[in-house]
Amino acid sequence: MTSAGVRLEGLRRQFGSLRALDGLDLDMAPGELVALLGPSGCGKTTALRILAGLEDADSGRIVVGGKDIANVPANRRDMGMVFQAYSLFPHLTAAENVEFGLRLRRQNAATRRQRAREVLELVGLGAHGDRYPQQLSGGQQQRVALARALAIQPQVLLLDEPLSALDAKVRVQLREEIRRIQLEVGTTTLFVTHDQEEALAIADRVGVMRAGRLEQIGSPEDIYRSPATPFVAEFVGLSNRLPGRVTGDVVEVLDAKLPLVGAVHSGPVTALVRPESVDVTADPTGTGRVVAVSFLGPTARVTVSLPDDAIVVAQLESARLPELPPGTPVRVILRPVPVVVSP
Amino acid sequence: MTAPSTGTLDQVTAPATPRGGRRRWWPRRDLLGVLPFFVFVTVFLLIPTLVVVIGAFGGDDGRPTLDNVAALADGYIVDAFVRSITLSAVTAVLGAALGALIGYAVVTAGPDSLVRRLVTSACGVLAQFGGVTLAFAFIATLGLSGFVTVFLRDSLGIDIFSGGVWLFDLPGLVLVYTYFQIPLMVIVFLPALDGIRPQWREATESLGGSTWYYWRHVAGPLLAPAFLGSTLLLFANAFSAYATAAALVSQGSPIVPLQIRSALTSEVLLGRENLGKAMALGMVVVVALVMWLYGLLQRRTSRWLD
Repeated sequence: MTSAGVRLEGLRRQFGSLRALDGLDLDMAPGELVALLGPSGCGKTTALRILAGLEDADSGRIVVGGKDIANVPANRRDMGMVFQAYSLFPHLTAAENVEFGLRLRRQNAATRRQRAREVLELVGLGAHGDRYPQQLSGGQQQRVALARALAIQPQVLLLDEPLSALDAKVRVQLREEIRRIQLEVGTTTLFVTHDQEEALAIADRVGVMRAGRLEQIGSPEDIYRSPATPFVAEFVGLSNRLPGRVTGDVVEVLDAKLPLVGAVHSGPVTALVRPESVDVTADPTGTGRVVAVSFLGPTARVTVSLPDDAIVVAQLESARLPELPPGTPVRVILRPVPVVVSP
Repeated sequence: MTAPSTGTLDQVTAPATPRGGRRRWWPRRDLLGVLPFFVFVTVFLLIPTLVVVIGAFGGDDGRPTLDNVAALADGYIVDAFVRSITLSAVTAVLGAALGALIGYAVVTAGPDSLVRRLVTSACGVLAQFGGVTLAFAFIATLGLSGFVTVFLRDSLGIDIFSGGVWLFDLPGLVLVYTYFQIPLMVIVFLPALDGIRPQWREATESLGGSTWYYWRHVAGPLLAPAFLGSTLLLFANAFSAYATAAALVSQGSPIVPLQIRSALTSEVLLGRENLGKAMALGMVVVVALVMWLYGLLQRRTSRWLD
């Protein structure tokens, strides 16, 4: 298998009045798994389909393995693709589905069968080769679809929200499987999703898209801890929107001075503060009051009402819940981590 | 139904076996809803079929005989069956091919498109547009004095009847039957076309397949059972059609339904009612054979479907 680097340069695509891609640039190193994350209509699926050759870009370059493939038809791009759902051929068994691409490559029957067995084993379905798609669960079908895409040893693997049709538990299991397999086979992979948890959990890098462009791309930790823009801060994870004032290179919020992400003009702003950057302690003289508590297992969310009707959510260890029942007067403390602000 | 089945529903609706072990004789209340259906099927299908079967094996004196069934081998009846089967097969194949193409065009126009709504509405009407009205429509347009015939003859010098008055014989029946077979095909084949998912084409492409490969190895095999099943349905539809042919063909009885009419209503040859029933039995056998093939196709596709 030869994993290839991918470069998308200035991709533009317009559907009528809708601008799906507005000069998208993306670089992927060989063997890397990049997740494109964004809300519906941000252009992430369009980008993937253009890379697959299933859509044409209005302009821009698509370079895979050093070659511009913008004019290469989809069936000659050597890419494996897994769709949201229902992409298995229903009249073929799981093994025949996996062999489909190998048959197109004129591999002999013995080689096809051997390869199909290998990749079905890889996805944990070695014993299910003779089943028809409708005899498999949704998760198993997606595993077969993954096996089918991997069987042809593609240069690039494209995953178009492959977990979105599955229930929560299967989704978590399968995304870990996808990551394990991707690391094992080392194929350059573009994973499109609207689920931030999914993107952060399995990607080497996450690209957050908005209105046809990359808003930010970086490691999952960077994206979460150092969002470059208010959009990223709000789209990835939860954020408290708290009024503040920028003075120099800090923002004053709830009597705390927090460092800023990026340069911002002085003046009133809204600071976006993560719940885990907020601490709450019971204090009879505190100005806040606990209004709700949500138990989340090892952690808990405590919602605090502040004067002027402001609301702040803190994420704490759930062991501290007994000291913070609803109605408790509390003091809110912000940890000095860099925050993003919006005007 | 006397034998109660186990299950919560029985226990809720009524105790299936009254105390003392006596079984009740009346039907379960939850079957009452389908009673009209069973009555309908009994009155309009089972009893007529029974009458046909008994009549086919009965003589004028009411005694059992094989004469009527043996008469099915007579030349003119065999010819009528051959013509009926030919007419049905040709119009089924023509209707299926053209209807499938129209259906495909409709599907590619999008699920909510105006084209789709127009075509499906028109097909719904045209598929039922048989009988005297259809025959008249063709006579008025393509008959000896039909306006298209007159226009072609007077304006373009083309005489469509130079080879004979084909409209009132088998070729005419082929044309007229095809007219209602095409829209019927569109209606019955559209769900199968709708069931073809765009992801299958894209998956084929991403795996390296061409459009031809997709049709040959994916869409073709998936649509084939529905296509053949629809064709069989069209065959049965044409084979059992009567009113259109009766209105169009005034001389002779080229097809079986018209032969049956002749056997039942002829004022020249009397006492052939049971021969008519034997011919009807022959038709039942042909349609049953077609439906058996249809069932085989359904069984083949059932394992592919959700």
